[in-house]
Amino acid sequence: MDLEEAKEFKERCTQCAAVSWGLTDEGKYYCTSCHNVTERSKEVINTGAIPNTKIQAINRGLKRKRKLERGWDWYVCEGFQHILYQQAEALKTLGVGPELKNEVLHNFWKRYLQKSKQAYCKNPVCRRKVTVLEDNQSHSDWESEPELPSDFSCPSFVESGTESQKPFPISKASQSETASICSGSLDGVEYSLRKEKGIVKMTVPRTLAFCYLSLLWQRETVTLSDLLRFVEEGHIPYINAFQHFPEEMKLYGRDKGIFAIESWPTYEEIYKKMIEIAKFLDLPRFPDITEDCYLHPNILCMKYLMEVNLPDEMNDLTCQVVKMTGVGEVDFLTFDPIAKMAKTVKYDVQAVAVIVVVLKLLFLLDDNLEWSLSNTAEKHNENNKEDRPWFDFRKWYQVMKKSIDEKKQEWEEARAKYLWKSEKPLYHSSIDRAVAFKRREMVVDLQKQFSTLVDSTPTVGRKKPSSFQFNWAEGDAARTCFHGHSLQGILKNKGQSLTTKNSLYWLSTQKFCRSYCKHVTTYEESNFSLSYQFIINLFAFLLRIKTSFLHEEVSLIEKRLFKTKYSKTKKRSSRSRKGRKY
Amino acid sequence: MQFTSSSRLRLVLRGRVGFRRFGTGMSDFSEELIRSKTEDDQEESCVLSGTGMYFPWLQKHIDTVETGGKKEKDFAQTTSACLNRIQEALLKHQWPQAAGYMHSYFQILEDSDSHKRQAAPEIIWKLGSEILFYHPKSNMETFNTFADRMKNMGVMNYLKISLQHALYLLHHGMLEDANRNLSRAETWRYGEKSSSQEVLINLIQAYKGLLQYYTWSKKKMELSNLDEDDYAYNTASQTMLNHSWKTSINLGALIQTPGVWDPFVKSYVEMLEFYGDQDGAREVLTNYAYDEKFPSNPNAHVYLYNFLKREKAPREKLISVLKILYQIVPSHKLMLEFHRLLRKSEKKDHHKLGLEVLFGVLDFAGCTKNITAWKYLAKYLRQTLMGNHLPWVQEEWNSRKTWWPSFHFSSFWAKSDWKEDKALACEKALVAGILLGKGCRYFRYICKQDHQILRKKIRRIRKSVKKLSIVNPGL
Repeated sequence: MDLEEAKEFKERCTQCAAVSWGLTDEGKYYCTSCHNVTERSKEVINTGAIPNTKIQAINRGLKRKRKLERGWDWYVCEGFQHILYQQAEALKTLGVGPELKNEVLHNFWKRYLQKSKQAYCKNPVCRRKVTVLEDNQSHSDWESEPELPSDFSCPSFVESGTESQKPFPISKASQSETASICSGSLDGVEYSLRKEKGIVKMTVPRTLAFCYLSLLWQRETVTLSDLLRFVEEGHIPYINAFQHFPEEMKLYGRDKGIFAIESWPTYEEIYKKMIEIAKFLDLPRFPDITEDCYLHPNILCMKYLMEVNLPDEMNDLTCQVVKMTGVGEVDFLTFDPIAKMAKTVKYDVQAVAVIVVVLKLLFLLDDNLEWSLSNTAEKHNENNKEDRPWFDFRKWYQVMKKSIDEKKQEWEEARAKYLWKSEKPLYHSSIDRAVAFKRREMVVDLQKQFSTLVDSTPTVGRKKPSSFQFNWAEGDAARTCFHGHSLQGILKNKGQSLTTKNSLYWLSTQKFCRSYCKHVTTYEESNFSLSYQFIINLFAFLLRIKTSFLHEEVSLIEKRLFKTKYSKTKKRSSRSRKGRKY
Repeated sequence: MQFTSSSRLRLVLRGRVGFRRFGTGMSDFSEELIRSKTEDDQEESCVLSGTGMYFPWLQKHIDTVETGGKKEKDFAQTTSACLNRIQEALLKHQWPQAAGYMHSYFQILEDSDSHKRQAAPEIIWKLGSEILFYHPKSNMETFNTFADRMKNMGVMNYLKISLQHALYLLHHGMLEDANRNLSRAETWRYGEKSSSQEVLINLIQAYKGLLQYYTWSKKKMELSNLDEDDYAYNTASQTMLNHSWKTSINLGALIQTPGVWDPFVKSYVEMLEFYGDQDGAREVLTNYAYDEKFPSNPNAHVYLYNFLKREKAPREKLISVLKILYQIVPSHKLMLEFHRLLRKSEKKDHHKLGLEVLFGVLDFAGCTKNITAWKYLAKYLRQTLMGNHLPWVQEEWNSRKTWWPSFHFSSFWAKSDWKEDKALACEKALVAGILLGKGCRYFRYICKQDHQILRKKIRRIRKSVKKLSIVNPGL
């Protein structure tokens, strides 16, 4: 109960005649000495919109106050624009080139506004009823030059907050007043009701799709899983991004449903949204992904081999697999939204899948061969301490298992402790504004009290953004670095070339699902060897994707690699010679 | 005392709730207090509401369908994971970790799901008070701040938390603060009180009464040290009187409502008796023991019996009280006293009941070494048989002859009884001989023992057995 807020109530208590009032949760006055609760409730002067106090409030000069309280007139799309702006800024600080913000993302966004008929067109949708913009000076600029990389024509891409007020002057007060009853934005109510066929409506998750599209366009060294991880680690504004809106952009009511986010973005979700938006924007073919691009599987494989502490020598094998499967070809890799079946490669997932295939080629991963190979390697390493060590799968497993378990625990703890609620509480209407603020205050209070009781060991501070989650430095005994280990002992000479000692292989998926359901295969963990499960879990965690998602990608790579086997199975039911183990 | 069924045990434990159990941890204790009342009430109101049908599983079912159909938000996952981790940390006594998760769990107060939001304060209070109770860095001040804050979060929690807060203060010996807290809670009103809240107010008042009783009985101690002619005596007795008056008001209301209120009843009666209000005390106790709305409570009958005994009530009356206790707890230590009363009675059926009671007591494993019980049984068996009431004995014995021999009269028991307690062994041997005949192992073993002092006694036993044994009455 807040005694401060109750100070203005000066009447004597009818029961004990004291003048000592507090406020109950419901906003009623209660006597702090005898706990008598009055029927009088605090007039919420700050909001001034409680129906039954309206008359009093008007007497006190409601209009002037409301005007101050209400802040700017703003549209929902401006809110998204502001979020995109923040995200672009964040990407810039992460080291992405400035063109991404000024040219690519900006243009995509303008194109979106145009396609969704919100701006850069005649009679934009959100202003149809209000029709304010006819006399707007900058409006004509927008229409005539949609290609302009204008940092100033787009309100929230402008650095200073005051200017963004310009394009939407408060001209039709009566209109906006009725609209703002249920939302802080002018078109919040209408926006949440709008359902137009063929129009992709903007949502907060779609801002990430926009970011990724621009990253892809720029061929930046950020994969989708990286982007989502940066969001998770708080380097890119996403959850509660509205907190950083200018003070005068008030959010409440329907805005809550539009801007408040209570879930993490998932890979599949954003991936789908990205394709959807690219199609909606009618974007041309993206710049080619060639062998020198970060997103090319050869480079990504190298990156992920380093990340999971596997020998560099494996890169030769991944390159071979990439070549044989054809997943490294420009046409395969380049995103073309206008193509008939618009789809893009999940670059990171695919690269990881290639590594899994290579591991299967080398070690079979049948819970047997990998361990016997490890025994050989261990013996060899003991006898030849001077030489470059042979890669020992068991040792690698032990190191990785420990590291990944620690990481996972840390991650789970962070998830369980994540604070979702913004400092600016969102409320449905001005009636429960006071309640929302009180609740917020209460939570902060309690948190303050308990924070003194928390373990004093410093919690891991905000991680610095990095493409790598692990750091395998040489010389750390507990975290052996395997990058330099050789694959001798696993490979053998055969004539001129090297082949794997292991000549067997098993397919992750025997038969692909041909029905109309979207997935091509399923992943029932217990059907697979423990080593395979470990590897799939390890990579799935690194990319923060579902294990089944990665398994599917592995199967797809195998489908390309063993094309002949699959076509044979198709013809002669199933008589493939190469090992199948189930 | 021995109890056969767990329900009996629970009953008595519930009845025993009082100052003594503070050490076991505050929250479970006070929870128990409240549960004893409110739970039943709530269930009842559920049954009565609506069409009169209540399907407890249905609500659960609906809940799962709701979350199953729509993807649960990660916010909900965070809070539920957080709750799990708090509970785990509490189990492992990791208070700082628990506090860390608690820090994040508070955000559930801002959950957009109003169900969860409304249930949250109680959960937070329970977990939070537990953490603050044990956390090394926590202190009285922290706890008080937390309690005060939680009290004012939602109307329904004020009284519960106030009461538990008071109990916490009592546990730390802050009687005055506890009293102040209870007074504040007592006067708290919020619109129309629901029925469950009324019970809580009664409970709060009763605890206040208990505190006043404590001061009163301290005063009584002081008074007993004073000389009656002393000037101070008068003022002291006056303040005592004041206290008792207030206390009786506070305790009276609660005692009227059905429930197990042993400590309250006991102190109330003590005060009434002290001021000579015997009728009042009797009424309270009779009501407490006999009102059918009250849950069955052995202690209620014990209190009434002790009171009547003090009052020197007629034997008939005492017997009727203990008869009920006998039905609830046949192994109660008062049963031997009951037997004595029955034995002394003039009525025949009382004599028969006297035998029944003795057998009943010895049915319980905890009483097997009770020498008085065995002595009584031996003596009474002899008396009964000599009084030509063989059918009575047979009636009791018939249901026990299958298991008593191995339960009481095995050769193992013969050996160990003889080793530990010769007097007990003798009494048991006599009973065994009478019930099983002289061929019985127990009897034979004891008879074989050649003991100088007991030789005479054993000979007497043999004689009695020969004469009275029910196995071969002809011989």
